Amino acid sequence: MEGLERILGEHRLFTGLGPSFLTLASGCAKNVVFKAGDYLFRADDAADWIYLIRYGRVALEMALPGREAVQFETPGEGEIVGLTWLLPPYLWGYDARATELTRTIALDARCLRDKCDADHDLGFEILKRFLPVLEHGLQATWLQMLDVYGQPG
Amino acid sequence: MMTTTTADPMVPVPYRIARVIREIDGVFTWHLKSLDGSAFRFRPGQFNMVYHFGVGEIPVSVSGDCRDLDTLVHTIREVGPVTNAMATLRPGDVVGIRGPFGRPWPIDEVTGFDLIFVTSTIGLAPLRPLIYEVLHRRSDFGKVVICYGTRGTDDIMFEADLHRWRARFDTVVHLTVHSAPSGYRGRVGGVASAIRTARVDWPSTQAFVCRSEALTRQAVDTLGGLGVTPDRVWVTLERNMQCGIGLCGHCQLGPTFMCKDGPVYRFDQIEPLYAVREF
Repeated sequence: MEGLERILGEHRLFTGLGPSFLTLASGCAKNVVFKAGDYLFRADDAADWIYLIRYGRVALEMALPGREAVQFETPGEGEIVGLTWLLPPYLWGYDARATELTRTIALDARCLRDKCDADHDLGFEILKRFLPVLEHGLQATWLQMLDVYGQPG
Repeated sequence: MMTTTTADPMVPVPYRIARVIREIDGVFTWHLKSLDGSAFRFRPGQFNMVYHFGVGEIPVSVSGDCRDLDTLVHTIREVGPVTNAMATLRPGDVVGIRGPFGRPWPIDEVTGFDLIFVTSTIGLAPLRPLIYEVLHRRSDFGKVVICYGTRGTDDIMFEADLHRWRARFDTVVHLTVHSAPSGYRGRVGGVASAIRTARVDWPSTQAFVCRSEALTRQAVDTLGGLGVTPDRVWVTLERNMQCGIGLCGHCQLGPTFMCKDGPVYRFDQIEPLYAVREF
C-alpha cells in the first residue's frame, strides 16, 4: 500500500494532496493490468472504477447505430479514464478498451465516494482535482462539436 | 539563375502550373515554375497574392521548401469562387504571382531552444517551410516536436512528410485525430492532449502555432499551462489581404496591417486584439 501511495502522490491528479488525504485515497486504490483488447468497461456498466493510466493506451469508443464503433479519445500515460463516477447514476456512457498492454492504478469509486461523503474536506480536494479534467474534456468536445477544422482559415 | 523581382509589387509575375497534387478532399497543391526560369526566394511564413486571371486574386502562404528556388509551392483549400475556379486549373495553365509578402517565422530568434509546432489540418501548409528549414539546420535547435491534429484519418495533410519526419531520430511527431474507426492504432483526441504529451523543456521552448483562431487560443492556453509564456509563442493570423503591402487597409486589425506586420506575430504582441469581439 505504501508503494501505491507514493505512485498515487506522483500522479499529476494528486500532486499536492496532503499525506492524510493521500492515505485515505490510496486506501481505495489497486494496480490493475489490461492486455491489448481487454475492456476496462463497457457502456452502461456501473462506473465503479476510475483508472489512472501508468503505461499504455486506452481507446474510448461509442457504438453508433448502423455504423462501426467510433473512437473519440485515446488517453495514454499520465491520463485518466473515467469521470462518470462523480455523478449519479454512475453508469458509463461509452466503452473503454486497452489498445496495448496497459498498466493502471484503479481507484474504487464507491470507496472514494463514501470517503468523500464522510470527509468533505477530502471530497473538496478530490473535486478540485477532477474538475479541471472535466473542463479540459468539455473544451475539447465543444471544439469537436463546432467542427472548427472544417472552417476556412 | 535570375531572381524574380518586380519593380511594382502590384504587378503579377506569370507562373506556369507544373504539377497539381490532390492532398485531401477540397485541398490541392500547385508546383509552379516562373515562365522566364527565374528563382523565387522567400522566407518561411511569407505569402503570395495568387491571381487566377479573369477570376480573382487571393493570399496564399508558400508551403514549399525555401531552399528549392526553382519551384514555388502553394497549397490551396477550396472555400470560395476564386479557389473553386483555381481547383479546375491543370498543369500548363498560367497564374499570376505577387510577393513574397509579410513577416516570416523568426527562425533566427529561436536557435538553441526546444521547438514545438502546433497545427491542424491545412494549418500545416504555412508551417511546412519552417519545419523544412529547421530540419535543414537541425543542429541549431534542441528538441523538435510536431503536434498535428485533424478531424479524421481522411484529412491528414502532407502524410508523406509526416512519415518522413516521424522516421527521423531527432524529431517527434504527435498526430491526433478527432475521431477514428474502432481498431485505429493512432492517437485520438484534441491537439491539447498531444501537446501535454510532448517531452520538451517547457521553460526553454519556443512554440509555433498555426491553426484557426478559435483553436489558436486553446493551444496558447495549453502551452501557457505547461510554462510556455506568450512571448515564446508565435502565431499566424489571416484576414482579407488584398494589396499585400499595407496600403489598402483590408487586412487591418487594430493598429496592425497583417499583410505587412504579420501574418506571423509573437502572441504577447497580438494578445489584446484576441479579446476584442468580432475582430
